Amino acid sequence: MDALLPNGWAHYLAGGLVIGAGVALLFLATGLIGGISTFYTAVWSFVSRQPYFQQARFVGSRNWRVVYAIGLVAGALLWLLTSGAAPIVTHVTWWQLAVGGFIAGFGARLSSGCTSGHGICGLASLQLPSLLAVLIFLATAIATAHAVRALGGA
Amino acid sequence: MRGKTLAWVLVAGVLFGYGLALSTMIQPEVVLSFLRFQDFGLLLVLGGAAGVTLVAYQFGPRLLGKPFAADTFGVHPSTLNARTLGGAATFGVGWGLCGVCPGPALAGLGAGNWPLFVSVLAMLAGAYVQGRWFGD
Repeated sequence: MDALLPNGWAHYLAGGLVIGAGVALLFLATGLIGGISTFYTAVWSFVSRQPYFQQARFVGSRNWRVVYAIGLVAGALLWLLTSGAAPIVTHVTWWQLAVGGFIAGFGARLSSGCTSGHGICGLASLQLPSLLAVLIFLATAIATAHAVRALGGA
Repeated sequence: MRGKTLAWVLVAGVLFGYGLALSTMIQPEVVLSFLRFQDFGLLLVLGGAAGVTLVAYQFGPRLLGKPFAADTFGVHPSTLNARTLGGAATFGVGWGLCGVCPGPALAGLGAGNWPLFVSVLAMLAGAYVQGRWFGD
């Protein structure tokens, strides 16, 4: 087990269960499907007159998506304040964060889902397209992460 | 949307963000170590989260009839086509490059991982380009 999970398993499983509790509560209380990536498109409806961003699915959901995003930030802050842990600042290079973030944002929206939309909500909905999406993005992410390491990146 | 509904949304988001921080998914290094087969913890996070959500999605509507602060249960829409699969392949390339996905990018800010703000801005830019020039 140490070879597979050198940093232990409990915090991973506990964290996953809490994430699931959040997405499950969102659904049971409000009926909403709690993927994150739509937030990144929906907020453009506040500032862009482009017809794509003015669709009802973005204008009509942007308010709750912003509240959900605020909740994400607040939840992590709550963890920081209650766990006694020091903030951990990433050493991944800024160009990786920028270029990788751009590609991930573009791809997630093209795919209509990310690790939460397809990975959590799609799998929990027993949707075949989401399962395929998860397998595909895991494969390309694994290949990319290995390639970056081989080329000397973080 | 009513204030009561939004309050539930906030609580759900807080749980999600707390879980992302607790599971260390807000550290790109941990995600990258999974993608490089050095630590398989991410599968426990994904499995735990999807497992709990699966129970709610599959049994909630049957047991409750309707959500307790809204009128109808939503359905997760996903379509089997080139956009879904090609977008997923593209997303993976970006994720593998930076180790940050859309949820942890936001949650990381709350836990003081401030460089992830670069990824939040980049994801916003990526989403804009997708919607503006590649929208369906």
